[in-house]
Amino acid sequence: MDHLDKLENKSIHILREAYSEFNNLSMLWSIGKDSTVMLWLARKAFFGHVPFPLVHIDTDYMIPKMIEHRDKLAKKWELDMIYGQDEKSLEENMTYPEGNVDHQECCRRLKAEALKNTLNGNWKRYRMNHETGEYEVDDNTKPYTGVIVGARADEEGSRSKERYFSPRDENNDWDISDQPPEFWSQYKTDFAPGTHVRIHPLLDWTELDIWEYIQREEIPIVDLYYDQGEGKRYRSLGCAPCTEPVESDAKNVDEVVEELKNGKFADVAERDGRAQDQDEGAGLEDLRKDGYM
Amino acid sequence: MTNKTHDSRGDQDMNIVIAGHVDHGKSTIIGRLLADTDSLPEGKLESVKETCRRNSKPFEYAFLLDALKDEQDQGITIDSARVFFETDLRKYIILDAPGHIEFLKNMVTGAARAEAALLVIDADEGIQENSKRHCYMLSMLGIDQVAVLVNKMDLVDYDEETYRKIVADYTEFLEEIGMEASSFIPVSGMEGDNLASLSDNMLWYEEETVLDLLDSFKSQPLPENKPFRMPVQDVYKFTRGGDDRRIISGTIESGQVSVGDEVVFYPSGKSSTVKSIEGFNRPDTDTIGAGYSTGFTLDEQIFIKRGEVATLADEKDPHSAARIKTNLFWLGKEPLTKDKEYHLKLGTSKVKARLEKIERVIDASDLSQSEDKGQVELHDVAQCVFKLDSAISFDLANELEHSSRFVIVDDYEIAGGGLVEESLEDEQSWVREKVMLRNYKWEKSRINREERAEKYSQQPTLVLLTGEEDVGKKPTAKALEQELFDSGRVVYFLGIGNLLYGVDADIKGDENHKEEHLRRLAEVSHIMLDAGSILVVTAVELSQDDLELIQTTVNPQQIETVWLGENVTTDIEYDLHIDEFETEEKAALQVKGMLQDRGILFKAW
Repeated sequence: MDHLDKLENKSIHILREAYSEFNNLSMLWSIGKDSTVMLWLARKAFFGHVPFPLVHIDTDYMIPKMIEHRDKLAKKWELDMIYGQDEKSLEENMTYPEGNVDHQECCRRLKAEALKNTLNGNWKRYRMNHETGEYEVDDNTKPYTGVIVGARADEEGSRSKERYFSPRDENNDWDISDQPPEFWSQYKTDFAPGTHVRIHPLLDWTELDIWEYIQREEIPIVDLYYDQGEGKRYRSLGCAPCTEPVESDAKNVDEVVEELKNGKFADVAERDGRAQDQDEGAGLEDLRKDGYM
Repeated sequence: MTNKTHDSRGDQDMNIVIAGHVDHGKSTIIGRLLADTDSLPEGKLESVKETCRRNSKPFEYAFLLDALKDEQDQGITIDSARVFFETDLRKYIILDAPGHIEFLKNMVTGAARAEAALLVIDADEGIQENSKRHCYMLSMLGIDQVAVLVNKMDLVDYDEETYRKIVADYTEFLEEIGMEASSFIPVSGMEGDNLASLSDNMLWYEEETVLDLLDSFKSQPLPENKPFRMPVQDVYKFTRGGDDRRIISGTIESGQVSVGDEVVFYPSGKSSTVKSIEGFNRPDTDTIGAGYSTGFTLDEQIFIKRGEVATLADEKDPHSAARIKTNLFWLGKEPLTKDKEYHLKLGTSKVKARLEKIERVIDASDLSQSEDKGQVELHDVAQCVFKLDSAISFDLANELEHSSRFVIVDDYEIAGGGLVEESLEDEQSWVREKVMLRNYKWEKSRINREERAEKYSQQPTLVLLTGEEDVGKKPTAKALEQELFDSGRVVYFLGIGNLLYGVDADIKGDENHKEEHLRRLAEVSHIMLDAGSILVVTAVELSQDDLELIQTTVNPQQIETVWLGENVTTDIEYDLHIDEFETEEKAALQVKGMLQDRGILFKAW
């Protein structure tokens, strides 16, 4: 078994544990490279099927190509596709691009609050009708008790502390200093009513692992990650107003892998292009405690 | 193995845990190692130094790791942070285990993922409680490559005597617990001595650096040459898109399996032959081995569920038992006691468990032992006996360590872990052995259980009507049979006396054979249920022991028990109690209602 085989098989084991142990399970799909790899791993785990819904938090400021890519794959792979969003803040223009709140508050509303209220079923969930290809309000408002998330330990400090199965309390809070032990492929699959569990199958993957796996498996990735001839590409995806492309002429997966291994990004952290990480060191951790990813 | 290596790194990657007493300098060693080998992202070192300068705090290499604000406040590592690190030889994931006693469960979490360990001891402070406790845990977790770094040599003026004394004392401790260190290295994390290069400050030491040491650890080979064990995670049947594969899936813990192999599932004892090995976007293969999360289909449709372990017929059987002797460590805030019910998880099986006996308790920090202090407390190591609700299959620690490992769940939390050391007898052992052999030898039909259930619109079920004598059990049973029969169900009333003169003729009238009578009743029931029928049986005052014996033979999920009459005179855990009723027909309708509620009788569309 090589390095990628080990990662792949461990992730599949975790996905299957989650599927067997949680009867109301969903997977967060941000359309980015990490969660698309995770979706691919689910197809591997379940022999070509994805037996739980995929949830996308649509801030309405996503780079448009991401939504196109989402719906294309949802149709092609017959995914049970669901999205949710903070309709109230959008209606009232309480967003950073509209200039009414700072970007941290914008993330809190459009991502953290939207995520929390979509997962617990308090806000509307929109679900793809595969006959019409359109989204409809979903009748199912039951809270998800297990949520699969594509966080990687190498992304930044607080994530290196995560468990594969990580409990969240009634308020979606993550108690970092008192986490359950996890060993011998036995995970926290028992949880008190009202709480839920985040499941992290990609915890041990690095950015380079992700790209080498995309290369090996030929996973379809949104082409925003590649230079379209303007000498720029996205290294990490998010909302259009807050995500900057990086200078790069990597035009395909092979060139991205090469660039990460030996090129200009070999020693530069991935999230450098994201505004929310630049403030206080603990910015992301606060968002995380709030439930954002 | 048919899988090709796609990557030049091959299997060259390794998890290393760094453990030891609080403040002995683990994070500093890792931070310094990262800095000295240019393994940090550009600007990281500068930005941490800048943060320290702004807060008028002296810079420490440990801050590189202690990225969380909670941690920097307390100045100790709370959780097992993962740090990625690479040498020419391979990739490392260094797991930084917290040294503070409160966080032992985090240390265990980090250490359990590791193939080798670095144990750090402060040269100035010497061997402390957790220097020993952590090492004891590492050995229980199954990590046998441990190297000792004697740190902070700068604080003892790089004195060789001090170093030698620690080496001697610690070697003695390791011998007591049956371990041996791969090596000892005198280092200073703060000054970088002997980490990436040999230090001029300790000319008396000229063996290896910490980097050399890391590269000298051996990758643990996957246990491919051991008996085949695959705990069944689930049986998948995704019918969408016309997929009619029924795939037994799981991760192979040891050994390998090939198409055409006869597999036996335990504890049921059911067997079949591997028809195909399944996968998605991977090359077709006829053989697959340890480490792979895979799945296979079978030639014959047998009913298997999560929690069983797949093995090969021509290899060593696992043990199957409902009583086990174990060696465990306890991490729960609440002690492990005899008056509480726990769950035990081993492989993919999960059963209710009760602590039956504590044989001895060991304090891992000084190896002192006590006989039975009545309970196992936080951070104790103990030898104890558990009684399980139903049998599970496992191997023993000295045979096949992987499949001997279990955890104990207290309420919703994993509170302890251990190894099974001995398989013990219990009251149902003799029945279980017969059932396993029966299942193994069972000649399979072409019609499977699901098809039969669909055809008859019902789940095959044994309805046990029990209660005191003369409360109307038989009339109720017959009324229930009539009611179900009239509504088109496949149902049969079996009076217990009907067996006496036929099936039980050889043991009739012998009081010593009560259990054998019950076993035969249960076996007859098993056949009727396999035929798809609902079976109604009456018996006087069944006890919980009686029910457990029947459950050993008949799948407990297919049994519904009803207590009839006001006085409940045994300890049986019934599903329904009918304390008074006007007519037997009304009582029968109550039972029917329960069968409907539980989805045993399918609704007519």
